[in-house]
Amino acid sequence: MSAAPEHNPTLHKLGLQDRIAPYIPLLLVPIIMLIGAGAIQSPSSWMTLTVSGLAMGMMIFIMASGLTLVFGLMDVINFGHGAFISVGAFIGISILLSLGGLTGAPSLFLNVLAVLAAIIGAMVGAGALGWAFERVIVKPVYGAHLKQILVTMGGMIVVEQLILVFWGPDEIFITRPETLKGAFIFFGAAVEKFRLLAVVFGLVIFVGMRWVLRSTKIGLIVRAGVENGEMVKALGYPLRLVFISIFIAGSALAGLGGVMWGLYQEVITAQMGGNLMVLVFIVVIIGGLGSVEGCFIGALLVGLLQNYVGYLDPKLALVSNIGLMVFILMWRPQGMIPVVKAK
Amino acid sequence: MRDALLTLNGVHANIHQYNILHGVDLVVPRGEVTMLLGRNGAGKTTTLRTIMGLWQAHQGEINFDGKNITQSATAQIAKLGVGYVPEDMGVFSDLTVEENMILAAVSAPVSQERLDRIFKAFPPLKTFWHSAAGNLSGGQKQMLSIARAMAEQRQLYLIDEPTKGLAPAIINTMAAALAELKSNGATILMVEQNFEVAKYLGDKCAVMEDGKITWAGDMAEMAKDKVLQERHMGLSMEAI
Repeated sequence: MSAAPEHNPTLHKLGLQDRIAPYIPLLLVPIIMLIGAGAIQSPSSWMTLTVSGLAMGMMIFIMASGLTLVFGLMDVINFGHGAFISVGAFIGISILLSLGGLTGAPSLFLNVLAVLAAIIGAMVGAGALGWAFERVIVKPVYGAHLKQILVTMGGMIVVEQLILVFWGPDEIFITRPETLKGAFIFFGAAVEKFRLLAVVFGLVIFVGMRWVLRSTKIGLIVRAGVENGEMVKALGYPLRLVFISIFIAGSALAGLGGVMWGLYQEVITAQMGGNLMVLVFIVVIIGGLGSVEGCFIGALLVGLLQNYVGYLDPKLALVSNIGLMVFILMWRPQGMIPVVKAK
Repeated sequence: MRDALLTLNGVHANIHQYNILHGVDLVVPRGEVTMLLGRNGAGKTTTLRTIMGLWQAHQGEINFDGKNITQSATAQIAKLGVGYVPEDMGVFSDLTVEENMILAAVSAPVSQERLDRIFKAFPPLKTFWHSAAGNLSGGQKQMLSIARAMAEQRQLYLIDEPTKGLAPAIINTMAAALAELKSNGATILMVEQNFEVAKYLGDKCAVMEDGKITWAGDMAEMAKDKVLQERHMGLSMEAI
């Protein structure tokens, strides 16, 4: 063999088009806002709907983020994810109802304390259910998509029935903690306090999740595992342990989303998780299976569109999101931010 | 004869309904480069994957450094000090070159000295350190794949066709880097179709056919014996 030749390429600066290409899906959010502003015309209504849409989007993101990672990491289609939303909501709201002294007090500190207790309870409960769900229902059907769909859907039905057994068949109505009731008035637009809180909460979760995925080694393992799990194992990482952790974390986040959604709607039912799965799946699919960033943008688009169209023509609200999914998939068949998968 | 770091005794493996390995017997001596040669479909890649635990041997025994690893999980095998460079390179396209290297260093961050050695062997990796690995050329991805295996001190390197589909200039870079690895005393089991590279790097040679080792011996013996090459690999090496 001859000696190795010089092989030292140089980098050139990317053109503007190449630099903005990754951010194009993000631009869809302000574009939809502008279209909404044009269609609604009343600035105060538009502002109220926009905050409501963002809040709804953030809550859907919280519920969907775990599902997208579970799919990306282990190729598991979990139709039972809605069960974690419902269980989280019931546990969290039960805790809130039992803390009437704190929720009824006109103190922001005590109210937030009660909400935090509810959130922790919901996350622990939904996370524990997620662990059991993975062990009993998902583990035997790895690699078999049809079986996964059937068995996880069956698991969700069982959990829904168990909720009816433990909490009864009636809807549970709730009122928000005292200081989270009502709205702020901005330039004549009513912006509900709880929706603002949901927006802040969703942003914190997204930034935190992105930080973990982009700046920590566990995040690197997850991102690499989404692309090529076999190679992650070959490097020496126990991928199964990582997957179980992600499954539990995703379930816990779904539980958190359930509490937030319950407080948003001020009513919870055993079927709420199953009903929300339509929106959750739309978000996961249009975002790009396995992509947290895509899931975030997709959730905001779904939340905004649902609110704008719901205001303009309520009958078209859900259809509009199906339309959004068709549009996105025609534009990018792998979703807005597709995740690279090893062949 | 050096002591064996890795031995396979009568290893059988299936991929779904297909029986691929039919009793592989192989000895990989410590501190030497063993080339695994043979036609496409002979079972070379399957042998490496079975050693790595990516496919399970259903019969036979695999021993690594005195331990039976036949039923061990892939991650456990890697932690014993086995570095794996797959045929498809297995780089994480969505991660930067730097992130790929961070991930490859499981027990501790890559030392600067080791990194300097890697950059010396593969200069493009320094240039594209912060670029997504998916944007690298095929040759650069192969460099990254081997560099990843070199991120930590390994006892054994399993390398699957590192020169496959590469331009001659890149093949030379690759061969030089592997020769450097060899000179540092690494034990390597390498699948290779390029007989020139095999001759250049190999100390030992094993030829596979139909899921079995049909010949094993010194690479030098195989390299000089055209009849042996014809008989075991069915190819005239003059034609390559």
